[in-house]
Amino acid sequence: MSESKIAKEKEPMFSAKILKLLKNPFNLENPVTVQVLGICSALAVTVQMKPALVMALSVTIVTAFSNLIISALRNTIPSRIRIIVQLAVVAALVIIVDQLLKAYVYDVSKKLSVFVGLIITNCILMGRLEAYAMGNKPWPSFVDGIGNGLGYGIILVIVAFFRELLGSGKFFGFHVIPKTFYEWGYMDNGLMILPPMALITIGIIIWVQRSRSTELQEK
Amino acid sequence: MDNLFNLFVRSIFIDNMIFAYFLGMCSYLAVSKTVKTSVGLGLAVVFVLVVTAPVNWLVDYYLLKPGALAWLSPELADLDLSYLSFIIFIAVIAAIVQLVEMVVEKFSPSLYNALGIFLPLIAVNCAILGVALFVQEREYTSISEVTVFAFGSGIGWFLAIATLAAIREKIAYSNIPKPLRGLGITFIITGLMAIAFMSFMGIKI
Repeated sequence: MSESKIAKEKEPMFSAKILKLLKNPFNLENPVTVQVLGICSALAVTVQMKPALVMALSVTIVTAFSNLIISALRNTIPSRIRIIVQLAVVAALVIIVDQLLKAYVYDVSKKLSVFVGLIITNCILMGRLEAYAMGNKPWPSFVDGIGNGLGYGIILVIVAFFRELLGSGKFFGFHVIPKTFYEWGYMDNGLMILPPMALITIGIIIWVQRSRSTELQEK
Repeated sequence: MDNLFNLFVRSIFIDNMIFAYFLGMCSYLAVSKTVKTSVGLGLAVVFVLVVTAPVNWLVDYYLLKPGALAWLSPELADLDLSYLSFIIFIAVIAAIVQLVEMVVEKFSPSLYNALGIFLPLIAVNCAILGVALFVQEREYTSISEVTVFAFGSGIGWFLAIATLAAIREKIAYSNIPKPLRGLGITFIITGLMAIAFMSFMGIKI
């Protein structure tokens, strides 16, 4: 018993396997574009960079810690009621995040409105809990949560970057497109701010990604 | 009455759950391959929404809102439990979905066979929790308003998934660029449908 424990501890904190968990969600196992999880919030909060970034961070934190907690409890949860247990853990974490956002960045929290609460039903969480945390040790699960949260975040940030830049000519709220452009007749594309373009932007991201990594293409 | 009808039309076309708020996207994309299954899921969503939204509203109105416990005793009048709303709402939804599943199984096996596999999925559908949270945020004041809003949102969701499934059945035979096949084209179709739905904006009855 004690020997196996020592052997376990000798496994390095950042072995190749762990690093892979962190890296894969960025491309080949991206939660949004490949696993199709957590689309709802990915689209709704991406009009500007700041809410998108806050949302990405919140999701990363909640995913990582819920993975950690559920993975630590995985041997004691009866499988019949596991969904309820998972929901309870996730909901408790989301409440903490929500209260923190309300306390420190009230304006962003108002902008995100119901979407902070909707992290609870974000499929990334349930998907990762079911697929990974229920069958793996706490530390890899924690890293898996961070990896998937960041993989989700990167898509959010890309979509938000294009929508804010093309939609209102801004980046993090600062005007980046020079005034002279407007004088020459350049106009902000109002359509980019509206919901449909979020869908189309993600469609294009998927297109680009899949033409680069052909193994992801569907038949 | 006019007000309610207006709310109903608004929630179907203008504030459509999918096209305006992207709620319930995951199951929308995953289950829209054939019309038959998507109609089943759509009906289940309408049903669950109409049941859960009023219950959640009642819970919010009489238990959770700031000062909502005043009816219990005057000392509790300044108690604010609204920070608990997420966990209570999701618990109510999960419990009701379980209950509905058992009741339907008992009394209408044919409906159960049609909805059966979708019901457990619905507990984690963002559209259901989303409606509960919208109701809380927009501070509707009567249960009829809440029910109408929930029904309208459900119908809107149903319409969206049924039309998408019909389109996807058709495009199964078209020659789409390889990288766009499957997920990519579905996103773009949904985007185009959303643009079409935007033409309803500004309708007021």
